[in-house]
Amino acid sequence: MRRKLLIWLPLALFVIFLGIFAGGLIKPEGKVIRSQMVGKSMPSFALPPGLPGKPGLSSAELTNGKPHLVNVFASWCIPCIAEAPQLRQLAEAGVPIYGIAIRDRPEDLARFLARNGDPYVAIGGDANSSVQIALGSSGVPETFIVDGKGIIRRQHIGDIRPEDVPGIMSALAAAQ
Amino acid sequence: MIVRALLLVGLLPSLFTASPVFADSMMPASRYANQQLPDPAQEAQAKALMQTLRCLVCQGQSIADSDAEMAGDMRSLVRTRIQAGEKPEAIRKWLIERYGDWVSYSPPLDGLTWPLWGMPILFLALGIWIVSGRLKRRGRR
Repeated sequence: MRRKLLIWLPLALFVIFLGIFAGGLIKPEGKVIRSQMVGKSMPSFALPPGLPGKPGLSSAELTNGKPHLVNVFASWCIPCIAEAPQLRQLAEAGVPIYGIAIRDRPEDLARFLARNGDPYVAIGGDANSSVQIALGSSGVPETFIVDGKGIIRRQHIGDIRPEDVPGIMSALAAAQ
Repeated sequence: MIVRALLLVGLLPSLFTASPVFADSMMPASRYANQQLPDPAQEAQAKALMQTLRCLVCQGQSIADSDAEMAGDMRSLVRTRIQAGEKPEAIRKWLIERYGDWVSYSPPLDGLTWPLWGMPILFLALGIWIVSGRLKRRGRR
């Protein structure tokens, strides 16, 4: 009796494997790669101004005792247009927002800010994505909540939607 | 009116075949994204490392295979650091600190991944045990 049951074991294993593989093919997991830098201090960097007339950004500025947002964006990034009103709203509420513009040209950046508003205190130009990689960010837009000691508290991946604003405000308050 | 209807019909297929928009920047590729290092030994080191680092935006490809801008910037970063004398494994570690084990195609041996190495040995031992049992039985007959 036991032998008879045992003979079905390989087939049963095969069906289980088939199910797992079919599941992976039919519904592949949309993998979001989160930064491992959350909870660690901001990597040190010094970026030149992304466009004339606005200061650049160095990591030293992010340790001034106040929590702030570091927004990784680009003028060529379409969801960045969608989050612009939310960034303006946050800036109007008094949140200091620092921009890191990925692979951007000053003239494109100027056009982007003229069209979508400029919520940034400063914008560093990251021409070769080096600071983006140092931050563990894998795309635009992404927003990091950094506390007053320069420690990254949270990473928001993708554009900030209107419904995300309260959560970001409370995370900023918690980072005081 | 007819013209407008025709235009709409003509536009319909584009509505259904809309593909995701992968925006690219207007900037040229980074210095060492597509250019080899002058020293062949260093280039070989960089190449070997790039083939085992995963592209973050294309996910199924290594940064050596990918045409994505970010993969180009990562290649440039790898080559620049190799040129500066950094060891490949130190660069891999630096990237894993940022993106997790996910970024590397060379999995570490740890609590989660030990079955990858342990299972083959286990299965081999099981096979030897089964076969030896059968042979013994056959010998007795």
